[in-house]
This record gives sequence, structure tokens and C-alpha cells, in this order.
Amino acid sequence: MAEPTPLLEVTNLSKSFALRGGFFDAPKGVVQAVDKVSLSIARGQTFGLVGESGCGKTTTARMIVRVVEPDGGEIAFWDDELGRLDLCRLSGRQMRPLRRKIQMIFQDPYASLDPRMTVLRIVGEPLRATGCTDQRATRQRVAEVLEMVGLRHEHMSRYPHAFSGGQRQRIGVARALATEPRLVVADEAVSALDVSVQAQILNLLRELQARLDLTYLFIAHDLGVVRYICDVVGVMYLGRLVEVADKASLFRSPRHPYTEALLAAAPRPEPGQPIVQLPAPGTVPASGCPFLPRCRYQKETCAREAPEPRQVAPGHTVSCHFDLSLRGV
Amino acid sequence: MPATDTILDIQALTVRFHTRQGLVSAVDGLDLALRRGRVLGLVGESGCGKTVMSHALLRIEAPGRIEGGRISFFGRDGAEVMLDALDPGGSTIRRIRWKEIAMVFQEPMTSFGPQHTIGAQIGEAMALHGIASGRALQPAVVASLQSVGMPRAEETARQYPHQLSGGMRQRAMIAMALSCHPTILIADEPTTALDVSTESQILELLRERQAALGMSILYISHNLGVVAQIAHEVAVMYLGRIVERAPVGALFASPKHPYTRALLRSIPRVDRDCALEALSGNIPEPFARPAGCSFHPRCPDRLVGICDQVAPALRRMDDGSEVCCHLYGECAHG
Repeated sequence: MAEPTPLLEVTNLSKSFALRGGFFDAPKGVVQAVDKVSLSIARGQTFGLVGESGCGKTTTARMIVRVVEPDGGEIAFWDDELGRLDLCRLSGRQMRPLRRKIQMIFQDPYASLDPRMTVLRIVGEPLRATGCTDQRATRQRVAEVLEMVGLRHEHMSRYPHAFSGGQRQRIGVARALATEPRLVVADEAVSALDVSVQAQILNLLRELQARLDLTYLFIAHDLGVVRYICDVVGVMYLGRLVEVADKASLFRSPRHPYTEALLAAAPRPEPGQPIVQLPAPGTVPASGCPFLPRCRYQKETCAREAPEPRQVAPGHTVSCHFDLSLRGV
Repeated sequence: MPATDTILDIQALTVRFHTRQGLVSAVDGLDLALRRGRVLGLVGESGCGKTVMSHALLRIEAPGRIEGGRISFFGRDGAEVMLDALDPGGSTIRRIRWKEIAMVFQEPMTSFGPQHTIGAQIGEAMALHGIASGRALQPAVVASLQSVGMPRAEETARQYPHQLSGGMRQRAMIAMALSCHPTILIADEPTTALDVSTESQILELLRERQAALGMSILYISHNLGVVAQIAHEVAVMYLGRIVERAPVGALFASPKHPYTRALLRSIPRVDRDCALEALSGNIPEPFARPAGCSFHPRCPDRLVGICDQVAPALRRMDDGSEVCCHLYGECAHG
């Protein structure tokens, strides 16, 4: 089978933030938020990015939508007309037409909608920002996308406060779809919702993907949600992608000890299950594998060298010196 | 007459808010009992009234008003106190808060005052309720922090809330809630703002403390997965009422109310691939409660002519569960 065509290919993406504090906000150190992350998302697929808070998921997403400037690395995007483009090398002006193609859905449906704007202005905003000045065309497009997400034409003139959390998130989805994007980055888009509303939005996102041939980068910490919506999953730990695999292999046979621990700790809606805990974080070692202090399989090599990502099966890469599937555990 | 091991008995509780847009019955004829030394999980979606209900227990329901029903609390000495009849600013309820019934909130950042150290705030609660004072206070504060597994307890006592991580702040909150040895702990979504890894630590901590101290916990959550792990009994709430109550095993093995079944079908599973069936529609406007069974407009199994007209009563089933649904009443068999 031929390799599916990628829509987005990220190579060695890195970003560090300076830590400041104390006297006159003096620099105190550097946090490597994202450390040489490489991933590829095929057209029409959903790539899930999981990990604990602070692991760099959101920073990665923000670099891809170009609101955070990367320190290094490449973000290749395949445009229908222009072909392969490195987003990091584009100027602000060159980037503008591409912003239509990459849109974002945010976590908090209460904080991400301006309470003083009508739904028409909220959903029409990305159109205006990317150069559409025709009022009638904007109105028509807003009506179209509202219908797509299960809202009605007459909701256009209302303000966000008139909507429930689930409906607000539908407005957020409509806003992301207004410019006919190819890639939608959803950052914890369903985490703040109740389960029944969450199921509605997840099903809506799936339906829209099939209908509009959308590609998703889906950031979440709930592994159940990831299992439901993603095709390929990347697990992040302290700024690095420690495992990338298609959903079936990742959930059936995780190869990285961190993935294994995350899966074991995920709560299952069944009584009588023990509460499984992730090992405590501990101090990150200066050298060697960053996961070492929490790893139950650690060996001598792990303290000496940091593992590089390596392929253990087609489409399955792991950053670990050892292969979990061969340990017989 | 409630069973002897009942510590809290709520009957037909109604809490209303008088708003400019109209009257909102956030809690509407709710019946619930909490048993001594047990964990009761209260599950429901945002807006179902679970938080308002828990505030009514502590009499901090204002601006809402208790307009019906009774809340009987049976304290350590077994004497019955009618919480609903107390003056919310009076001395009786003030003695009960923290010392008898304590609460852990969802957002640990907002439940501590930012301008005092963790130790000062826990110490204040302990001194106020006569748990410790003078020279004994500081060691008692440190001991309470140690009892919740706080690393470097002495140092933490001197820190301000913003200096702690979310998980540690929630630990400190639990330490404060347990510092006066309450008989009931109300935990309102205590892990919702936390990471999976921190969540499991807090759950384990609550479970361990509950077993060690023998207190009762009312665990409020919208997450059935979490409730499955910690509760002995589960009550499901919809629009201000309990629609189903069952021992945890029975609830998950054979959920009865269509709303409970729908909730369980909408949880994405980490351990298997499954379809998600979303419940159709939204929670109705609070001013326009549907007639009959308030769930009927969203119910896939509704019986036309019954469910939209007659409100069902809570019925006891053979497996020890109680369900409030016409599908399990005589009407369904007739």
C-alpha cells in the first residue's frame, strides 16, 4: 500500500521559554517546552496528541498554527494550490492566505467566545480577518456553517450567554470551519464538557470530518476520547514525543513504559477496579532518559544515554532503549 | 423513620432561586439518604442542581432558598438536627460546618484565601473548632498535612496557596477539611480540574482517609468513571431530582433509568472500541420544566400519554436499587 499523502509534516520542532523571576525579573533558567518533535499527519486523518499537563502539547499546537514562534525545526504543509510550504519560513504576509487553511478549536467554550459579539460576528471573524469584506457573502457562509454544526440560522443575532456549553462549543466549531480549512487543531476541545454533550460534539466532529474531508490534530488528556476519535496517536512526555503509533497498536500493545502507565491509570467506568497510580514525577535527570525516575523497567543504560526515537514496527516509533513487547511483562 | 445507620436524610428537598426571569427550582423534591461510613456518589450534568443541593446541606444556599422538604442530620451523639430549620448565620450551623460536615471544592485555588499561608488557614479552622490551640496548634497543623501525604509538611504549612501545584493544593484542601474530624465530607468535583495522574492520587487519598476515619462521603461528580472507583452507592440526578439510586455494582451492571443508561453509553472507553450514543437534545431551560417526567422530551423509551403527563415516583427494585421511571411502574405492565 502506498504511503498516504501527508497534509502536515513537522520535523524537529523545538521551543524553549526563559524562566524569569526574583529581583528585576532576572532570567533564572530555560524550560525546553518542546524538544525536537517530529510528526506527520495524513490527509483526512486525526492525529491525537496526549500527555499530562505541561508536557508541551499546547505549545506544539500553537507553533503549528503559527501563534508561537518555534526556535527551530520545520513545519511542512501541503497546500492544494501551492504545494509543499514550510510554514516557518513564510513571512506574516505570506502566511495570511494560509491561515484560512489552518484553524483552531479551543478548550473553554465560555472563555473562547467574546460575550459582546453576536454569533454572526464571532463566526464571521476569521472570514473578515482573512480578507473577506463582503457582508452578504459572510452572512451566507455563517448561516451555512451554523447549519453544519446543528445550529440554526436565527441563532446568528444572539450573544454567547444565550447558549449552553454544548451549543457554545458548536459555535466554536462553526468559527473554525468558516474559512473552509484543511487542518483543524482542536486543543482539549471536549475536555470541559459533560459526558453526554461531549459525545454529541465528538460525533459531530467525526461527521464533519467525513463530510468535509478534514484533517484533525486533536489534543486531549482523556485517553478514552483519543481512542474514540483518533487514527494515529502521539504520546508526549516533557516536551518529547515518546511514542507514535496507529490507534490499534498503541492501545493494544503500548511499547513505551510511559504509555503503558498512562493507559493503566486511565479510569474505567466499572466498579471494583483498583485505582492505579502513575509513579510520582521525581526530579528529571540532567542526562539520560527523562522518564527514568518514573520508569519501572529502568536499566543502567537509561541513566547514561537519552533514547532516540526508533521504529519498532511500520508507523510505530518509540523513544526507549528497550522494547516493552520483548520484556515478557 | 430512617434506618439507624443513616447519618443524613434528605426528604422532598426543594431549593428555589427567585430571579428576574422567573422562578428556578434548582433542587425539586429531592430524596436522598447518606449512610454512616459509606461513600455516596452523586452524578449529574452541569446545571442539574448537585452543587446547590450540597450547599443547602451546609446552609450556604443563598441567594437560593429552601422552600420545602427536610434535611435531618444525625450527629455523633445520635441526636437529630433539622438542618433546613436552622438560621444560616446562627451558631448551631456554624458549629456543624467543618466540625460535623466539611466540604472540598472543585477549584482549590479559589477555596483558599490567597493572602494567608496554608498553615494559618488550617490553623484558624482548628482553633475555631477547639481542636487545638496555643503551642499545640502548629504541630496539629503539620500533622494534618502529613495525614494527607503532603511531602515536607512543615515547609508547606509556611507556604502560600499559589506556591503549590494544583494537586498539592487539593491535598491541602482535604487536610483542612479533615482537620476538624468531620463525620461527613462533601467532595464537590474535587478532581475535575486535575490531571489523570494527580486525579488517581487524590482518589486514592480520599479512599484511604475514608477507610481510616470511617467518615461518610458525599462525592459529587459528572464523571461516572471516577464514581465507579470510589463510591459504594450511586445516585443519579436530573433536573433537581434523583432519578436512580443503586449500590455501585447494580448501577453499572444493570442501569435502569433511561438517563443513566444514556450517560453510560456516552462515555468514551479507554479499554475497548465502542460507538458513542449521544443523548439527543439539551437540558431544558430552568424556567420551563417539562410536565410529567422531566426527562421525557429526551427519553428514547418514553410512553406517550403517560410520561409527558404524570411525574413518576421513586420505586424500589429487587436488586436494591431505586428508580424513578414509569417503565418500571405498574403503568408499564398494564
